[in-house]
Amino acid sequence: MPDRRRFLLTSTALAGGLLFTGVAAAQQNPQRIALLREVTGGAPVNAGRVTVDTPPLADNGHSVAVRVLADSPMTAEDHVRRITLLAERNPRPVVASFTLGPHSGRAEISTRIRLADIQDVLALVQFSDGSWWMGGAHVIVTELACLEG
Amino acid sequence: MLSRVQVPASARRGEIVQLRIAIQHPMETGYRPDHFGRRIPKNVINTLVCRYNGVEVFRAEMGSGIAANPLLQFPVRVQDSGEFVFEWRDDSGEQGESRAVITISAG
Repeated sequence: MPDRRRFLLTSTALAGGLLFTGVAAAQQNPQRIALLREVTGGAPVNAGRVTVDTPPLADNGHSVAVRVLADSPMTAEDHVRRITLLAERNPRPVVASFTLGPHSGRAEISTRIRLADIQDVLALVQFSDGSWWMGGAHVIVTELACLEG
Repeated sequence: MLSRVQVPASARRGEIVQLRIAIQHPMETGYRPDHFGRRIPKNVINTLVCRYNGVEVFRAEMGSGIAANPLLQFPVRVQDSGEFVFEWRDDSGEQGESRAVITISAG
Protein backbone atom coordinates (compact mmCIF):
# COMPACT_ATOMS: atom_id res chain seq x y z
CA MET A 1 0.00 0.00 0.00
CA PRO A 2 1.38 3.42 -0.87
CA ASP A 3 2.57 5.49 2.11
CA ARG A 4 0.09 8.24 1.51
CA ARG A 5 -2.85 5.87 1.57
CA ARG A 6 -1.58 4.19 4.71
CA PHE A 7 -1.17 7.57 6.36
CA LEU A 8 -4.70 8.58 5.37
CA LEU A 9 -6.12 5.31 6.63
CA THR A 10 -4.41 5.51 10.01
CA SER A 11 -5.14 9.19 10.45
CA THR A 12 -8.81 8.79 9.61
CA ALA A 13 -8.98 5.80 11.93
CA LEU A 14 -7.42 7.90 14.68
CA ALA A 15 -9.70 10.85 14.05
CA GLY A 16 -12.69 8.52 13.93
CA GLY A 17 -11.62 6.93 17.20
CA LEU A 18 -11.31 10.31 18.89
CA LEU A 19 -14.58 11.71 17.64
CA PHE A 20 -16.72 8.63 17.77
CA THR A 21 -18.47 8.37 21.09
CA GLY A 22 -17.69 4.68 21.26
CA VAL A 23 -19.52 1.45 21.72
CA ALA A 24 -19.40 1.75 25.51
CA ALA A 25 -21.47 4.93 25.28
CA ALA A 26 -23.67 3.26 22.67
CA GLN A 27 -24.55 0.57 25.13
CA GLN A 28 -25.98 3.15 27.51
CA ASN A 29 -28.21 4.66 24.86
CA PRO A 30 -31.49 2.71 24.78
CA GLN A 31 -32.51 4.08 21.37
CA ARG A 32 -29.25 2.93 19.84
CA ILE A 33 -29.52 -0.47 21.50
CA ALA A 34 -32.98 -0.91 19.97
CA LEU A 35 -31.72 0.14 16.55
CA LEU A 36 -28.74 -2.22 16.67
CA ARG A 37 -31.00 -5.04 17.80
CA GLU A 38 -33.29 -4.36 14.84
CA VAL A 39 -30.39 -4.87 12.45
CA THR A 40 -28.55 -7.73 14.15
CA GLY A 41 -31.56 -9.56 15.51
CA GLY A 42 -30.18 -9.27 19.05
CA ALA A 43 -26.68 -10.65 18.32
CA PRO A 44 -23.86 -9.00 20.30
CA VAL A 45 -22.01 -6.14 18.60
CA ASN A 46 -18.26 -5.73 19.02
CA ALA A 47 -16.26 -2.54 18.72
CA GLY A 48 -13.52 -2.34 16.12
CA ARG A 49 -12.50 -3.79 12.74
CA VAL A 50 -14.65 -1.13 11.03
CA THR A 51 -13.64 2.36 9.94
CA VAL A 52 -16.15 4.97 8.87
CA ASP A 53 -14.56 7.73 6.86
CA THR A 54 -16.56 10.97 6.59
CA PRO A 55 -15.69 14.64 6.56
CA PRO A 56 -15.84 15.71 10.25
CA LEU A 57 -17.58 18.88 9.12
CA ALA A 58 -20.11 18.61 6.29
CA ASP A 59 -21.55 21.83 4.91
CA ASN A 60 -24.47 20.14 3.18
CA GLY A 61 -26.54 17.46 4.89
CA HIS A 62 -28.24 16.56 1.63
CA SER A 63 -25.10 14.86 0.40
CA VAL A 64 -22.36 13.68 2.73
CA ALA A 65 -19.64 11.39 1.39
CA VAL A 66 -19.17 8.24 3.47
CA ARG A 67 -16.67 5.45 3.05
CA VAL A 68 -16.76 2.28 5.13
CA LEU A 69 -13.73 0.03 5.42
CA ALA A 70 -13.68 -3.26 7.29
CA ASP A 71 -10.61 -5.20 8.30
CA SER A 72 -11.02 -8.55 6.53
CA PRO A 73 -8.90 -10.69 4.19
CA MET A 74 -12.04 -11.27 2.03
CA THR A 75 -11.32 -14.94 1.35
CA ALA A 76 -13.95 -17.65 0.85
CA GLU A 77 -13.51 -18.68 4.53
CA ASP A 78 -13.25 -15.23 6.08
CA HIS A 79 -15.04 -12.29 4.53
CA VAL A 80 -17.53 -9.52 5.12
CA ARG A 81 -21.07 -10.47 4.33
CA ARG A 82 -22.96 -7.29 4.96
CA ILE A 83 -22.42 -3.62 5.77
CA THR A 84 -25.35 -1.65 7.17
CA LEU A 85 -25.12 2.12 7.39
CA LEU A 86 -27.04 3.81 10.21
CA ALA A 87 -27.83 7.45 10.92
CA GLU A 88 -29.84 7.22 14.12
CA ARG A 89 -31.12 10.80 14.12
CA ASN A 90 -32.53 10.57 10.61
CA PRO A 91 -36.28 9.98 10.30
CA ARG A 92 -35.43 6.56 8.85
CA PRO A 93 -32.25 5.53 10.68
CA VAL A 94 -31.37 2.55 8.47
CA VAL A 95 -29.74 4.27 5.51
CA ALA A 96 -28.66 1.30 3.41
CA SER A 97 -27.40 -2.28 3.49
CA PHE A 98 -24.71 -3.58 1.20
CA THR A 99 -23.99 -7.23 0.49
CA LEU A 100 -20.38 -8.11 -0.26
CA GLY A 101 -18.46 -11.34 -0.55
CA PRO A 102 -15.14 -12.96 -1.39
CA HIS A 103 -15.46 -11.55 -4.95
CA SER A 104 -15.10 -8.07 -3.53
CA GLY A 105 -11.39 -8.52 -2.77
CA ARG A 106 -11.58 -5.72 -0.25
CA ALA A 107 -14.29 -4.83 2.27
CA GLU A 108 -15.07 -1.32 1.22
CA ILE A 109 -18.02 0.77 0.07
CA SER A 110 -18.42 4.47 -0.68
CA THR A 111 -21.62 6.43 -1.15
CA ARG A 112 -23.30 9.74 -0.34
CA ILE A 113 -25.95 9.99 2.35
CA ARG A 114 -28.43 12.48 3.80
CA LEU A 115 -28.04 13.63 7.39
CA ALA A 116 -30.96 15.31 9.13
CA ASP A 117 -28.93 16.24 12.20
CA ILE A 118 -25.46 16.38 13.71
CA GLN A 119 -24.86 12.79 14.66
CA ASP A 120 -22.75 9.65 14.63
CA VAL A 121 -22.81 7.75 11.36
CA LEU A 122 -22.51 4.08 12.27
CA ALA A 123 -21.56 1.09 10.17
CA LEU A 124 -22.60 -2.34 11.39
CA VAL A 125 -20.67 -5.08 9.66
CA GLN A 126 -21.45 -8.78 9.67
CA PHE A 127 -18.54 -11.14 8.96
CA SER A 128 -18.82 -14.62 7.45
CA ASP A 129 -18.49 -16.22 10.91
CA GLY A 130 -21.72 -14.42 11.84
CA SER A 131 -20.10 -11.91 14.22
CA TRP A 132 -21.09 -8.22 14.14
CA TRP A 133 -18.64 -5.36 14.43
CA MET A 134 -19.30 -1.66 14.51
CA GLY A 135 -17.47 1.54 13.78
CA GLY A 136 -18.59 5.11 13.45
CA ALA A 137 -17.75 8.72 12.90
CA HIS A 138 -19.24 11.88 14.30
CA VAL A 139 -20.34 14.31 11.62
CA ILE A 140 -21.15 17.95 12.22
CA VAL A 141 -23.54 19.19 9.56
CA THR A 142 -23.98 22.92 9.03
CA GLU A 143 -26.95 22.80 6.65
CA LEU A 144 -29.16 19.88 7.61
CA ALA A 145 -31.09 17.75 5.15
CA CYS A 146 -34.38 19.31 6.27
CA LEU A 147 -37.58 17.38 6.14
CA GLU A 148 -39.78 19.94 4.45
CA GLY A 149 -38.29 21.27 1.33
CA MET B 1 -33.13 6.49 -15.94
CA LEU B 2 -29.83 8.08 -16.85
CA SER B 3 -26.78 6.51 -15.31
CA ARG B 4 -23.05 6.53 -15.60
CA VAL B 5 -20.92 3.51 -14.89
CA GLN B 6 -17.17 3.72 -14.44
CA VAL B 7 -15.32 0.44 -14.89
CA PRO B 8 -11.69 0.23 -16.02
CA ALA B 9 -11.46 -0.98 -19.64
CA SER B 10 -8.71 -3.43 -18.75
CA ALA B 11 -7.07 -5.00 -15.71
CA ARG B 12 -4.73 -7.80 -14.75
CA ARG B 13 -6.04 -11.16 -13.57
CA GLY B 14 -6.61 -11.10 -9.82
CA GLU B 15 -6.51 -7.32 -9.60
CA ILE B 16 -9.00 -5.48 -7.40
CA VAL B 17 -10.77 -2.82 -9.45
CA GLN B 18 -13.08 -0.09 -8.21
CA LEU B 19 -16.48 0.12 -9.88
CA ARG B 20 -18.52 3.25 -9.65
CA ILE B 21 -22.11 3.94 -10.63
CA ALA B 22 -24.08 7.17 -10.49
CA ILE B 23 -27.78 7.21 -11.34
CA GLN B 24 -29.91 10.25 -11.98
CA HIS B 25 -32.80 9.87 -9.53
CA PRO B 26 -34.44 12.28 -7.04
CA MET B 27 -34.54 9.66 -4.22
CA GLU B 28 -37.76 11.26 -2.97
CA THR B 29 -37.92 10.93 0.81
CA GLY B 30 -41.69 11.16 1.12
CA TYR B 31 -41.34 14.14 3.50
CA ARG B 32 -41.21 16.84 0.85
CA PRO B 33 -44.36 18.77 -0.19
CA ASP B 34 -44.97 19.90 -3.77
CA HIS B 35 -46.03 23.45 -4.75
CA PHE B 36 -49.61 22.75 -3.63
CA GLY B 37 -48.58 21.49 -0.22
CA ARG B 38 -49.29 17.88 -1.06
CA ARG B 39 -46.77 15.36 0.11
CA ILE B 40 -44.68 13.88 -2.71
CA PRO B 41 -44.75 10.10 -2.22
CA LYS B 42 -41.54 8.33 -1.27
CA ASN B 43 -39.75 7.00 -4.31
CA VAL B 44 -36.18 5.79 -3.95
CA ILE B 45 -34.06 3.26 -5.78
CA ASN B 46 -34.50 0.48 -3.25
CA THR B 47 -32.33 -2.24 -4.78
CA LEU B 48 -29.27 -2.31 -6.99
CA VAL B 49 -27.47 -5.48 -8.02
CA CYS B 50 -24.16 -5.83 -9.85
CA ARG B 51 -23.36 -9.08 -11.66
CA TYR B 52 -19.99 -10.02 -13.14
CA ASN B 53 -20.34 -12.65 -15.86
CA GLY B 54 -23.65 -13.66 -14.33
CA VAL B 55 -22.40 -13.92 -10.73
CA GLU B 56 -23.73 -11.44 -8.19
CA VAL B 57 -20.78 -9.51 -6.74
CA PHE B 58 -22.54 -6.64 -5.02
CA ARG B 59 -26.01 -5.73 -3.79
CA ALA B 60 -27.29 -2.52 -2.25
CA GLU B 61 -30.59 -2.11 -0.44
CA MET B 62 -31.19 1.57 -0.04
CA GLY B 63 -33.61 3.87 1.77
CA SER B 64 -34.35 7.56 1.74
CA GLY B 65 -31.12 8.24 3.64
CA ILE B 66 -29.14 7.87 0.42
CA ALA B 67 -28.60 11.24 -1.26
CA ALA B 68 -30.32 12.20 -4.51
CA ASN B 69 -28.55 10.95 -7.62
CA PRO B 70 -27.12 7.98 -5.75
CA LEU B 71 -23.45 7.22 -6.14
CA LEU B 72 -21.97 3.87 -5.21
CA GLN B 73 -18.37 2.80 -5.37
CA PHE B 74 -17.17 -0.68 -4.48
CA PRO B 75 -14.27 -3.04 -5.26
CA VAL B 76 -14.38 -6.30 -7.21
CA ARG B 77 -11.57 -8.79 -7.75
CA VAL B 78 -11.51 -9.60 -11.47
CA GLN B 79 -10.54 -12.99 -12.91
CA ASP B 80 -11.88 -13.19 -16.47
CA SER B 81 -12.75 -10.84 -19.28
CA GLY B 82 -16.43 -10.19 -19.39
CA GLU B 83 -19.25 -7.91 -18.55
CA PHE B 84 -20.55 -6.12 -15.48
CA VAL B 85 -24.32 -5.71 -15.47
CA PHE B 86 -25.90 -3.25 -13.05
CA GLU B 87 -29.64 -3.50 -12.50
CA TRP B 88 -31.80 -1.43 -10.20
CA ARG B 89 -35.42 -0.72 -9.37
CA ASP B 90 -37.23 2.10 -7.60
CA ASP B 91 -40.35 2.17 -5.39
CA SER B 92 -42.54 3.10 -8.37
CA GLY B 93 -41.45 -0.10 -10.10
CA GLU B 94 -39.30 1.61 -12.69
CA GLN B 95 -36.20 -0.39 -13.60
CA GLY B 96 -32.85 0.54 -15.03
CA GLU B 97 -29.85 -1.27 -16.38
CA SER B 98 -26.31 -0.43 -17.36
CA ARG B 99 -23.42 -2.54 -18.64
CA ALA B 100 -19.66 -2.28 -18.90
CA VAL B 101 -17.09 -4.57 -20.48
CA ILE B 102 -13.69 -5.35 -18.99
CA THR B 103 -10.72 -7.06 -20.67
CA ILE B 104 -8.37 -9.08 -18.46
CA SER B 105 -4.73 -9.68 -19.27
CA ALA B 106 -2.78 -12.51 -17.67
CA GLY B 107 -0.75 -11.83 -14.50
